[in-house]
Order: sequence, then structure tokens, then C-alpha cells
Amino acid sequence: MDPRYEALYEALKNVHGYIYPNEISLTWSILIVEYPYITGLVAGAFILASLNRVFKIKALEPTYIISLLTAFAFLLVATMPLISHLGKPLRFWEIMITPHSTSAMAIFGFVYLWYLMIVLLLEIWFDYRYDFVIWSREKKGVMKYVYKILTLGAMGTSEKDLKWDKKIGYFITVVGIPSAFLLHGYVGFIFGSVKANPWWSSVMMPVIFLFSAMVSGIALVLFVYMGINFIRKKVQNMPTLDSIGKYLFYILIIDFTLESLDQIHRIYEANESFEIISMLVSGKLFFTLGIMQVTVGTLIPLLILGLFQFFKPADKIRKIAYFIISIFVLTGVFFMRWNVVIGGQLFSKSLHGFTTYNLGFGGQEGFLMALFWMIIPFGILAFLLWLLPPWKKTVH
Amino acid sequence: MPQQIKKLLIVFTIVFGIFFIIKYALKPKSFGEFGHYRGLAIIENENKQVKYVGIEACNECHDDIVSYKKEGPHVNLQCEVCHGPGYLHIQDPETNKLIIPSKRENCGICHQKNAARSENNITQVDLKEHNVENKCIDCHKSHNPYEFKD
Repeated sequence: MDPRYEALYEALKNVHGYIYPNEISLTWSILIVEYPYITGLVAGAFILASLNRVFKIKALEPTYIISLLTAFAFLLVATMPLISHLGKPLRFWEIMITPHSTSAMAIFGFVYLWYLMIVLLLEIWFDYRYDFVIWSREKKGVMKYVYKILTLGAMGTSEKDLKWDKKIGYFITVVGIPSAFLLHGYVGFIFGSVKANPWWSSVMMPVIFLFSAMVSGIALVLFVYMGINFIRKKVQNMPTLDSIGKYLFYILIIDFTLESLDQIHRIYEANESFEIISMLVSGKLFFTLGIMQVTVGTLIPLLILGLFQFFKPADKIRKIAYFIISIFVLTGVFFMRWNVVIGGQLFSKSLHGFTTYNLGFGGQEGFLMALFWMIIPFGILAFLLWLLPPWKKTVH
Repeated sequence: MPQQIKKLLIVFTIVFGIFFIIKYALKPKSFGEFGHYRGLAIIENENKQVKYVGIEACNECHDDIVSYKKEGPHVNLQCEVCHGPGYLHIQDPETNKLIIPSKRENCGICHQKNAARSENNITQVDLKEHNVENKCIDCHKSHNPYEFKD
């Protein structure tokens, strides 16, 4: 038989009930799951750094620079899953040179650039400018010139220069907090504004995305901070870990409450899409939503972190627990994005049928490609930590 | 003005300058002429050769088949849906023969069972079960499929 019909037969095996022909295979794959996930990690890590700077939380200080560098490393990769999802990846820039004001993605390009260039890069630059000058004097060979270029020619090291660095850096942080909210709120908006999809269309979406972003960003910083200490064979700073754990706990509560509110609202409203959505949640999304997102990603971390607020076991146990919690939360938030992106495409607009998503292993939108874009930011982070080691920074 | 700001202003001016140069250089010249798209796209599409000639052109030579087709459920189908575009064929019918589709899959394009298709409008057949050994046109007359061959 003609391979096209073979393919149709195979595809129809994945269909249950009545669906429209263009819904048989999903348009948005795992790469589109990664896009809000990575963007969320960036916004979350940055917000943690900013809160630390604005509210001057002493215990979080060791994570400040690490959070910024982590946010930067992930931000550089945030659009890559989107670009590699395109049919013509090399034409991605066209959206930027002929943007349309009604195109949510075109405007995202500018929100992204604002955040990358005006907020994150500048904040890191002002934090490191003085060190660049010092390193450009101390280092030899190529590195001397690399650091010299990074100073952009601003070589002043006087008290006055340092004061300006701090003042402008602080100002950028203050501008950066709403910018980080905007960046990830906007990603939520992209999904929340799809009015044809009852699983997405909700004004709660930007807020939910934002808080889950903060949860995942804090968990990522916890993971990276512990990882760096482990690799550098340094003792884990328990007050810092406890502090991150405390903030993770608070934000997780807000995130869980907001997501529950959204679900309760759906359940009480019970509009015409409710039946198919409840079948989706109890059927095709049971593992990714019920088990991975809610149980592993939210309830278990909440229980353990909650317990730590009242009862503190030995440092060694807390350390292991924090590490496991960071992985659980990171996994949970990944599946939250999965449930939104993939879940929203699994049921038919007719509200009478389902399709199935089969994640391929290789190929342009397969597991390997997704894994690649998840590993790259860690590589970039390792490079940044080598180029801009926070532990060699001058303490003022 | 602190030196940091001065230097950053230079860098940002360069970056924005490059962006606007790229925007100017790469934006298609006719973009925005009529709307938010490349104006030349309209002329390019206009200049494309029309490849489908329509049932009236077929009727000029094959009027017997066209009128026979009108008696059956395929009445509203253009001939070229199954036989392919006829623009070369009408220029030189002897050299440029049209496709005569005869495989089961050809009929399956429309008639293969598909949950998303309305059974009331297009007859649905499960090609994996229905009379698997034979071609559709062994029994059905393709121009009027409810009439059967002898």
C-alpha cells in the first residue's frame, strides 16, 4: 500500500472518538514545551537574584552572581527550541525585521531582546566591570585582551566609578524585576490568549506561568549552587540552602494555590469544554499531571520543605533533601509546561475526541534535540563560570 | 556623565545601528506597498501559469465522458481532480497524456475511511477490508461508481 495510507492508518490508531483531520498529529512538539520551560528558568533565577539585591538578604548573597549567570546562560538558549522547531530555521530573523503588532511571537522577540540586552547583560556588566579592569591588568596573553574588551573601555576604578556601578546596577535590578515578570508573563499570555483552546484560554495563565517560573528558577539556582559547591569540593553553606528552601516553599505555596484556583474555577464553571478536559486530566494527562506535576513536582517538595520550617533534621539529611527537591521541582515544572503545551493539543476542537502524542527519539523535533537544548545552557554556564568566576570577584 | 554610560551609549548606538542597517538591507523592497506583506508577491502569483484548465475544456473533446459523469455521484468533481492538470494536454493531446489513476489508493484519497469525514457526503470504504484482492475499477465504473462493470 502507498506509504501515505500506511501513515494514515498508523495515525488513526492513535485517535479516539471524533477529531478533525488537522488535529491527528500535534503541531507543537516537545521543543515548544521547552520554550516556556527555559524562559521560566531564566525569569525565576533572575527574580531570585533581584530580590536578593533589592531586599539585601544576607543568606542568599552567595547565590546572587550564580543566579544571574544561570539566567544569562539559559536566556541565550531560550529561543533555540523555537528556532529549531521552524520549518525554515534560517529564516527566523524575518519576524524581527518585519514585525507585526498583532503577532504575539514578533512582540516576544522584542520583549526577549529588551530583557537580554537592557536588563541581564547590563546588570552582569555593571557587576563585573570593576573585576574586568582588575583581571585585564593581572592576566597575561589573550585573556588580558578579552577582559579589556569586556570593559568596553570603561577602565575607571575610583571610588566614584564604583559608586556609579552600584547605583546603575541597582537601578537596572529595579527595572529588571518588572521586566522579568513581563518576559515570562508574556509567555503565559501567548498561550492564555489562544481563545480557541479552552485548556489554554485563561487570564490566569500569565500569573500561573510567572509563579511556576519563579519556582523552577529558584529550584534551578538551588541545583546549580549545590552542583558548583560539589564540583569545587566546597562545603555547602547551610544557611544559604535553608534560605533558598524557605523562598522555594513560599513561592511553591502561591504557585500551587493559583493553579488550584484555576482548576477549581474550571470545575465550578463546568462550561461546554469541561467534560473533555476532565477526561483529559483523568486519562491522557494522569501521569504527567497527577503524578509528575502535582505529586512529584509540588506536593512532595511542599511537604518536605514545610516540615523543614518546623523541624530541622541533621545538615547531611537536609542537604540531600534539598538536592532531591530541586530535581523534583524542576521535573514538576517541566511537566507543567508539558501538560499545557501537549495537553492543549491532545483533545479535538470538536470536544468529542482525542489524539496521541508520540515523542520520537531522533529527528528535528525528537527527544535528542530536546535533550541537546537542555544540556547546552549548562555548557554555557560552565564557560561563564570559567570566564567570570564569582569566587574570584573582588569584594567591596 | 559617568564613563560607563558614555561607553555603553557608544556600544548601544553601534548595536542599534547594525540592527537598522540589517533591517534596511534585508527587508524586501516591496514590503508594505499594499499591506503587511511583500508587494511583489501579488505580481509573482499573478504571473504563475494556470495549470488546471477546467471541465469546460475537457468537454470540448470528451463530451461523452463528461455527460456520463454527470449522471453519477461524481457530478461535481472536476476531471483534473483525478487526472491531474491538463494545461499541457490541451496543447498537444498526443504527446502529453493525462494520468489514468487505477490503484486502490487513488480512490482512497477521498474514500478511505476517516473518522473526520462525513459518511453522508462521501462514501467511506475501509481499504484494508473491502475486496482487498481487486482494484476498485475492476468492479466500479470510475466516472459513475454506482454502475458496475459486466
